[in-house]
Order: sequence, then C-alpha cells, then structure tokens
Amino acid sequence: MLDRTRKKRPADRISGGVREALEHDSARKHVTGEARYIDDLPEPPGLLHVYVAQSSEAHAGLRGLDLSAVRTAPGVVDVVAAADIPGKNDVSPIFGDDPVFAADEVLYAGQSLFAVAAEDLRSARHAARLARVDYEPRKPIVDIDTARAAGTRVLDSYRMARGDAEQALAEAPRRLAGTLRVGGQDHFYLEGQVALALPGEDGDVVVHSSTQNPSEVQHLVAGVLGRPSHAVTVEVRRMGGGFGGKETQPALIAAIAALVAQRTGRAAKLRLDRDDDMLMTGKRHDFRIDYEVGFDDAGRILGIAFEQSARCGYSADLSGAICDRAMFHADNGYYLDQVRIDSHRWRTHTVSNTAFRGFGGPQGMLGIERVMDAIAFDLGLDPLAVRRANLYGGAGRDVTPYHMKVEDNVLPALMDALRKESDYDERRAAARAFNRGSTVLKRGIALTPVKFGISFTTTHLNQAGALLHVYTDGSVQLNHGGTEMGQGLMIKVAQVVAEELQIDLERVRITATSTGKVPNTSATAASSGSDLNGKAAQEAARTIRRRLARFAAAHFGVPGRAVRFEPNRVCAGEHRLSFDELVKLAYLDRVPLSAAGFYKTPKIHWDRAAARGRPFYYFAYGAAVSEVLVDTLTGEHRLQRVDILHDVGRSLNPAVDMGQIEGGFVQGYGWLTSEELWWDEAGRLRTHAPSTYKIPVASDVPEAFNARIWERGRNRENAIYRSKAVGEPPLMLAISAFCALTDALASVADYRALPPLDAPATPERVLLALEALRARP
Amino acid sequence: MRDHVRFLLDGEVQTVGGFDPTLTVLEYLRGDLRRCGTKEGCAEGDCGACTVVVAEPSPPGNGAAPLRYRAVNSCIQLLGALDGKQLITVEDLARGDDLHPVQEALVEEHGSQCGFCTPGFVMMLFAAWHEGAGSGRQAIDDQLAGNLCRCTGYVPIVRAARRVLARPAEDAFSAGAVETRARLEAIAAQDTLAVEHRGRRYFAPHTADALARLYAAHPQATVVAGATDVGLWVTKQHRVLDTVIYVGNVRDLATLEVHPDRIDVGATATYTDAWPVLAEHYPDFGELLRRLGATQVRNAGTLGGNVANGSPIGDTPPVLIALGATLHLRHGDARRSLPIEDFFLDYGRQDRVPGEFVERITVPRLGQREHLRTYKVSKRFDQDISALCGAFWLRLDAAGVVEQARLAYGGMAGVPKRAPGAERALTGKVLSASSAAEAAAALAEDFQPLSDWRASARYRSLVAGNLLRRLALELGDAEVATRLVGDREASHA
Repeated sequence: MLDRTRKKRPADRISGGVREALEHDSARKHVTGEARYIDDLPEPPGLLHVYVAQSSEAHAGLRGLDLSAVRTAPGVVDVVAAADIPGKNDVSPIFGDDPVFAADEVLYAGQSLFAVAAEDLRSARHAARLARVDYEPRKPIVDIDTARAAGTRVLDSYRMARGDAEQALAEAPRRLAGTLRVGGQDHFYLEGQVALALPGEDGDVVVHSSTQNPSEVQHLVAGVLGRPSHAVTVEVRRMGGGFGGKETQPALIAAIAALVAQRTGRAAKLRLDRDDDMLMTGKRHDFRIDYEVGFDDAGRILGIAFEQSARCGYSADLSGAICDRAMFHADNGYYLDQVRIDSHRWRTHTVSNTAFRGFGGPQGMLGIERVMDAIAFDLGLDPLAVRRANLYGGAGRDVTPYHMKVEDNVLPALMDALRKESDYDERRAAARAFNRGSTVLKRGIALTPVKFGISFTTTHLNQAGALLHVYTDGSVQLNHGGTEMGQGLMIKVAQVVAEELQIDLERVRITATSTGKVPNTSATAASSGSDLNGKAAQEAARTIRRRLARFAAAHFGVPGRAVRFEPNRVCAGEHRLSFDELVKLAYLDRVPLSAAGFYKTPKIHWDRAAARGRPFYYFAYGAAVSEVLVDTLTGEHRLQRVDILHDVGRSLNPAVDMGQIEGGFVQGYGWLTSEELWWDEAGRLRTHAPSTYKIPVASDVPEAFNARIWERGRNRENAIYRSKAVGEPPLMLAISAFCALTDALASVADYRALPPLDAPATPERVLLALEALRARP
Repeated sequence: MRDHVRFLLDGEVQTVGGFDPTLTVLEYLRGDLRRCGTKEGCAEGDCGACTVVVAEPSPPGNGAAPLRYRAVNSCIQLLGALDGKQLITVEDLARGDDLHPVQEALVEEHGSQCGFCTPGFVMMLFAAWHEGAGSGRQAIDDQLAGNLCRCTGYVPIVRAARRVLARPAEDAFSAGAVETRARLEAIAAQDTLAVEHRGRRYFAPHTADALARLYAAHPQATVVAGATDVGLWVTKQHRVLDTVIYVGNVRDLATLEVHPDRIDVGATATYTDAWPVLAEHYPDFGELLRRLGATQVRNAGTLGGNVANGSPIGDTPPVLIALGATLHLRHGDARRSLPIEDFFLDYGRQDRVPGEFVERITVPRLGQREHLRTYKVSKRFDQDISALCGAFWLRLDAAGVVEQARLAYGGMAGVPKRAPGAERALTGKVLSASSAAEAAAALAEDFQPLSDWRASARYRSLVAGNLLRRLALELGDAEVATRLVGDREASHA
C-alpha cells in the first residue's frame, strides 16, 4: 500500500514515514551537547553523591566489616551495607544470587561491600578507604579449565541433539577434532553505569537509570526497598551506549541510589567511573569450544559434536539463556546432519558475565566457522567452497539441531552475490600470489555468513506495550517500553506511528521510557526493539485511527469506507479536513484520544526439556568478506578491506540500519582482535580502562569498507513493515576478519594445516600461532 | 604574583582564584559551571569524550594565523593551565539554530548514535579544521586516534571529517581571531601565578629562572607540564598533591633549536611542537611520535615530561638512548649534564634530586652512514602503550659492517635500557640475517622481561629478537615490505 501511495503521489507524502533514511532523532542534540544523559540532569538541592566500596579479593570469607571510621569521616551522610537493606539483598534477574552488598563472603574482586553517601564524591571516595575489612582468604577459581577440573557449575549442563552424532563420527571417511578459545569482551559503552534517585511521598522513589530494562530495574529496586512495584518509577530517556551491558547490570546501581534516597530523604546519584564500571560489571562470556567433526571428501559435514564451556562468573545472571543461544548458533548457516551440542556453564570467582550484543550467538558461531576452516585446510579446499557445500538447502537439509525448520534461508543467493561483487576469487588468488613473494607480510581473505535467530528464546519475553496520546491540537505523544541506547529505536517507532496516522514525523513526540507509562516491559535486547515496540505502537496508532475514522464517518454521514487518511489530512466523502481539525472535532464529541497497544510475537514456542521447537520467529542473514595483512615478525595485523552484504528485510530506516551494520562489524572486530580481558592469578582484572583495554579506533577501520543493505531483502514473516531486526547480527560479520587472519597464517604451512589461533587475535596470539605452525614436524 | 587565572569562555573573561591545585578543566565545567555538554568517558585521557579546544596566540612566524587551536583532554588538563587562553567547548559552536559546519557534517553523515562521544569528536574536528590538518585518510586517522566511538564503527565519522576538512576553515572563530588574540594577550599573566586553596598551592612560573627558584624553595612540589601522566595520579590514584608547579608557561624551556651537529629540545616543548622538527631529521622518530598517545595527548605532553617521569614504557626514552642524547638538569643555579641512559637508575628511580628539573635534551644529528630505526609494538596501532619498543642506532662502514651500535628497548626491563650483548654481537659484523640472528640470541643475556597484560615474557623476547631481524632487512638490499603502518620507502628515501 505504501509503495502504491508513493507511486501515485510522489510529491504528496508525509515527511518522516517508514523507509526514509532519517537522521537520528537526537542527532542535533548530540552534536551541540544538548542531549542530556543522567549525569547531565539538573542536580536537585541536597543531592548526595554515592561511592561503592569493592572487594579487593576474588574469593574470601567476610569475617568483619568495620565501618565506624567511614561513618565519621568529613562530609559523610550515610553508609549502607548488607544489614541495612530493608527488603531483599538481591538484584539478580532470575536466580536470586546477586547480592546488592556482600554479606558473608566475597565471590569476585570488585564485588560491592558497602556504599558511602556524602556531600561530594571526593569525600565519599576518601571515606570509603577508611573501612577495615577482615577477609578470610580462599582460593579463587579464575578460568574455565580450573572450573572444569573442579566441576563448579552455576547452572546444569544442557544438550541439544538430532540424530546420532557418535555413529556418524565413527563412520565418516574423515575426522578431525580441535579446541578453540574465545575471549570475553567489555561493553565499553562510553557512558558508564549511572542512576539518580529522587525520593517522593510515602516512600516512593523515582529513579533515572541508564538501563535497557526499566521494568526489571523497577521490580528489583522495589524488592530491595521492601516496597511494592507501584512505589518505584524508573525512567530513561537515552543511554550513552548499552550493547547488553545495561540489561541486568543497572539494577545494582539503581538499587543503591534508591536505598540512599529512601534512607536519607535526599536525592542520590551513583555514577561509576570507568575503572569501577569495568571491575564491577559483567562482560561477554569467554568460551572454550571443543569439537569433533566427521566429513566427506567434498568437505560436507556428516556428523559433529560440540562441547561448549562458558565462564559464567560467580552467579547465574543471564548465563542460561546466553549459553542456550550459543548452542542455537552452533550451526550458523549450515546444515548439521547428525549433531550433538553440549553446553557447560562454569562458575568462577570473577564478575558475573552477562548479555552482550549477540548473547552467546557469536561464540557459538565462531565454533562452527573454525570447523569450516579446519575441514578446508585438511582437504586443501577453498574455505568458501566448504562453507558453500554445507549451507542449509536442498532436500532434507533444512532442519536445525533444535528441530526448527529453516524456511527463509537466503544465504546461497546472498553469499553468491557478495562473492561476485567483492571479487573474492580474484582477490584470493592475488593474496596467494602476494604471499609467495612476500617473506615478512602475509595476506589473508575470508568470506563468512551470518544466520541469526530473532526472538527472545525465553518465549514469554516476546511481548511489548505502547501508549499513544493525541492532544487536542493534533500533536502526538509516543510512549513505548523500548529504550534508546543510540540504536535509533525511537526514530524508527516514531516513523511507524507517523506512517500509520499519516502525519508528519515532527507531530510525533518521542518521550523518555517510563515504567509509569508502559508497565511490565521486556528489556530492549535480542535485537527485538523495533519488531516488538514498532508493532505495539502500530497497534495503538491503528486503534486511534479506527476511532477517528468511525467518528468521521458518523460526523459527516458517510460510510466507513469513504473515510481516507491522506498525508496530514482526512477525507470523509467530499469533506476534507486536516488531521488536527478532525482531532479537535473528535475531542468535542468525546472520542477517546489515547490508546494502548500490545503485541506478542506469533508462531514461536520452545520445549526446553525436549530441546525442540520454534524459538525464533525468523532469521536475519548477512555475509562479509575481510582481507587482512599480517606482519609475521610481530604478529601485528591490519584490516585492509571489508565488503558486507546484509539482509535487513525492507528497512524502516536505511541510515539507522547501516549504522548498526557498520558499527556492529567494528565492535565484533574489536572482540576478535584487540580487546583482551586479562586477569592475574589472584583473580583481579588488570585491563579495566582504555589505557589497557583496546577497542578499535578510526585507523583500525579500512578505507575500503563497503557495506550494503541487500536490496532483495524482505521478511517473509509479518514483522513490522516487513523489516528485519538488525541490532546484533552484524557483529558476527566480523568473524570473516578472524578467518582471514587464519587464512594469512595458513600461508606459512602451504594452506595444509589449521593455524591454532585463538580469539582475541592479538599480535601475541597471532605470533604464537605462527610459531606453532612453523614448529610442526 | 597574581593569585587567580584569567581565560576566555563564551566571550567573557573568567577570573578564577582559590581553586584546588589539581582541579581539572572537566571538573570545573561539569561540577562548578554545570556545563554538561563535555562528557567524562574514562578520566584518563584515553577516550576523548571530554575533548575541549584551547585557543592561544600562535607563536611568531611568517603568515601564521593569529590563534592556534589545540584539542586537549579536559579530564586531565589542569584548570590553571588555561591562564591567558580561550576555552572552547561544544556549547560554543552553534549559532542559534545554525549548526557549525563540523556539527552539520556529523549530522548529515549520521555520525552519532548514542551521542556520548560526539561532543569530543566535534571538538577534535573543530580544532583539526582550524589547524589545517588535511582531509586525507591518514590525516583524519591521526586526528581521530584519541577519540573512541563504540557505536558507529567510525565509518560515518570519517566521512564527515573528510567533508568538513576539505573546506577552508571559516567560521565565527576565525573571523574574530585577531580581536580574540588581543584580548588573550591582555589577560595573560606576565609573571608567576600563585594560587592557594586550603594551604595547598598552585604555581605557574613564566621563566626558567623563576621555576628554578620556586622549585628549589619547594623541592617536594610536583612539577606538571602537560599533566598527561600526573593528571592520572589525581583522577585514577586519587592522590592529593599539596604543591603543584605548572611549567607550561615557561617559554624559555619550550625552545627547539636545530644546530649543525645536534638538536636542542627544550623540556616543555610539546610533542606536537617537536614532532615536525624531529620527523624531518629522524623519520622513524617522527613515526614513533605519530603513534605516541594521540593528538590531544601530544598537544599537552612534553618530551621533558616523558623523560623526567621515568616510566619503563615511555616511548621517547628508548629512541633518545639509541641516539645518544644528553640530558641537561638544573637545580637552583647549578646545572649538570649526563648521558640520558644514565638517568634511568631503576624501576621508578631516576638520577634526579628533589628540586632538580630537566631543562633540555640534546639530540645528536645523524651523520653519514648513521641509521635510526624505531619499532613500537602494541595491541593497537594508535593511542596504545608499547608492549615493547625497539630503537636502534647503527653506524655502518662503506662495506656495510657495523662500526657502532646502540640498541635500546622499552618494555623489556624496569627501565628503558640498552642491550649490550646484542650490540657486541652485531659490532664488527656485516649487518645480515645471520648477524641479526646472533644478536637476537644474545638478547637472552640482556633482558629477562616480565609477563603482564600487554604481553607475555615469551612474546616480548621473541619480538625483541625479530625487531633486529627487521632492522637487518630494512638496512639490507632486499626490497622486502616490512611495515604495516608508516611508510618505510617514503620516510627513508
């Protein structure tokens, strides 16, 4: 209908409807510094500044905590520890195992012990140093291998299987086994965790929280305060980046600020500085992936067994769903005939790992891409030929390891198009020729696909609400449960509402997300923001539109079908009036001009006990080619060129979607190459600031960076305007860079041995992989 | 002596006295003024979210613009350093609803997502535009190396940068530059500033003599130049410094003199000022400086500070040692000189007594058949601290035999240090793959490096040897490509 409208009346369109490449709604405020983040909000009189004291030990009994000197230090107004919590000492999302403050024992270095509220932050910080903490040292378990040996789990192991992997492996003509280690990743949102709590009447509190999950923060804060949820309102206008790091982590920050506000009756702000943020908050899970694969001479997989081991940290947090998603993506875009995937969730004395863009998917996917490379170098084939041979498609080759039928696979066409337009074959030949003549520098190239499942795999989370108010002047206020972290959700949903009501976008006001407006929302996570909130807002807008249409028909005495919504006006038979005029008339006729919208994703179901079902509404697809240059004397390397083709369905906003594609790739590239989390033997994280933790900078991104949205993309499912989710999938396009590094290293062994490269591929790991290759018998 | 600083902000003269000697510009903006456009991302000068621009009268030169615009990290810049300067923040750029060209380019190219880093990018590009940084990709990368963005992947930001940097810088600031310069000259302190805050003191002398007297009188004071390290003592270690002597106003220590046999670098010359001079005479030193910190750090930091500070991983000591530089120290009126390698005694300990400061560094120029190569190895090419750094100076005879070698390393020991065993192994031999291999083997006696988060001992040892192999390749005849960044062919033609 949209296209028809556009073709009929190209000049007569609302401004700011769907499919327009609009700038971010806050772009002008970003560049002028007017966009307010929580630490920028006007400070209420009497504001207290809160500092959280952390455990210096990774694992210890807490024999004593003497805070008397802290309480009497200059400027200190309040000190709170575990015993001072009126409600539950817990801010965990599910399992009840994340204390606000440590009580009897500390389980990671960086765990919160107590908080100091003072007139200024410097006083709070200095006072905190006066505490006397009596630790009873215990041995920490820091890494996956130690946890495996000790058998310490945060959650039970889990298996997905189809067919008989064991037998297929035994019967396969060729067989390989290997191990890959994949590092974690700090979110490094530029705005650290922050909350501002404002006390109200009757013990109520309003919390401005930098969170992707306002409802959960609300519920957990209420639990800590020992108050019903209705006493707590959580609000967030924007975050300075989230990436999953503000899904469960903000609850601790908000709860401490709210606790201080409740106890003192004064506003309280808690903002973690960069080091505290990196020490105290969870990260992407690091994984060890062991595999055994059986295959034929064409490289086609006949049987495969994965064992995924994740470091979860001291508590469960979201590790269950994250490790599940790693399993759901152990196939990536490939049909695995006889398959078994085992997953182990190890407990360690490190910070509790958490959601991070991709949510386990990237780790699972890297595992199967490693297998593709292993098969290719074993057989002496082009890794792309092996990838192509194993894609879903063909008779009987369309069922995932979790028994979901893949109905929307576009990878064969998409990858072939990318192969051609990126000149993959010519460039691969050129790289090999270059390597023959270059002793120090070596080139590598790889094309890898992405297939990413869209929906929360916890089925009940796939719901959303919106609340639309139309005021008597015809201006519209839009509220929904989704949060803005930079990804452009607000502008996309506003475009949907403008389109539905056929009014210019400037008439639609984007508001802060508030638990007081839309309750019981799910986190803005799992790439679901636009899919869920766009549909809920659409539903609300359609309700308003129906009411207005019914009113117009009655008012002008025309049949319902004679009422048409045209750009910024409504036609009722021969009568034409502006949207604003119609709204005013409707108000006078007592038509309700506010509507709630609700949406739940159809078709999905998941039987976890049987490991069967349809956990995903649909899949998002993409592919990338990366080319790298490696210095074999130092292991340093450069990304030389990137070509991306990505399927976003029919884009709601191509500019916003392109931002996710480019940004996701570079974030994934950092994860796989330069971002290294390094714990010492005592379990202390030593890379906790940008001086030691290196995310990509501008020069790490090549000039030849050719990202394109796949023009044939269209969601076969009824997602919002046939678009596809785009938040997470592009991150995994960067696996092509890791595989390109593998390809460059393989050149020193004539492409007949798999380089034992782990992630992140720092110069050190690259050089040591080279050394290992050269040392082969 | 004046007890307050004066600087321009929003076209108004700000007069501030009685401030904490370590108060940062960012604390002043966000805390005192609640001017919150400028963000704190890391509080250590590594992310650039807090970038502001400081304009000051250009030094005399032919055809120079009246003002120079330097982007700095406000999170570690001391407020006192603003005396006589114009502070420009993100709030200053737009005129009503009209965005500044830098802002407009970022909006039109979709260069912001979450927006938190954006004010820093805006200010960095504003300075780059006024300083004529150029719109080539290398120039853009060098300008943006100190600004982290976690959302966009930089692609649209680079596009915006290219768009704006390709045009001549004309805006309200350039139009008013002559007048601004006159106002700045009128408000700048002409002699020592002395600010007191609850018994803690901030001094800013204007001459080396004044500095010598002050420091001799307050030998326990902390001397601060660019504050790119001392700033972190305050923001990261939360140290309370009672007496601070800021040396950034000491003009007669900021000199750069090129003599036929040597270059004299004044202790307070910033990296930015020293870079073109050093790069012209030692291309590899220039390449090292290109990768030292980032623009904001180089605009504030000084060579003198990098040496005096004595860090085992400072980037300039290895190259200064390799070049055989001499350090000139002063205490009161007493002066002494020593080879720079003798200055670094042990981890955290230098040959310097309280009250003694670095006046200048003398760097010998390269003679016939003398060669310098420097190699910095880190996890990231830009704005990273070396895992290790090799700086090699060689004199070869006409037959290619090594007459003399100074092979210095950073990151391999508690101090930057030469490798005597490797030097012996090379001296008297033709530089070749095999002599380099012998020298590499000798390194095992010279160093027992540590493992830490930047690299393992094994990696450091392997690479330290491989850098000697690279040296032999680059000085040999072979046309072998050896570098991923920086252009060996261009810089050593």
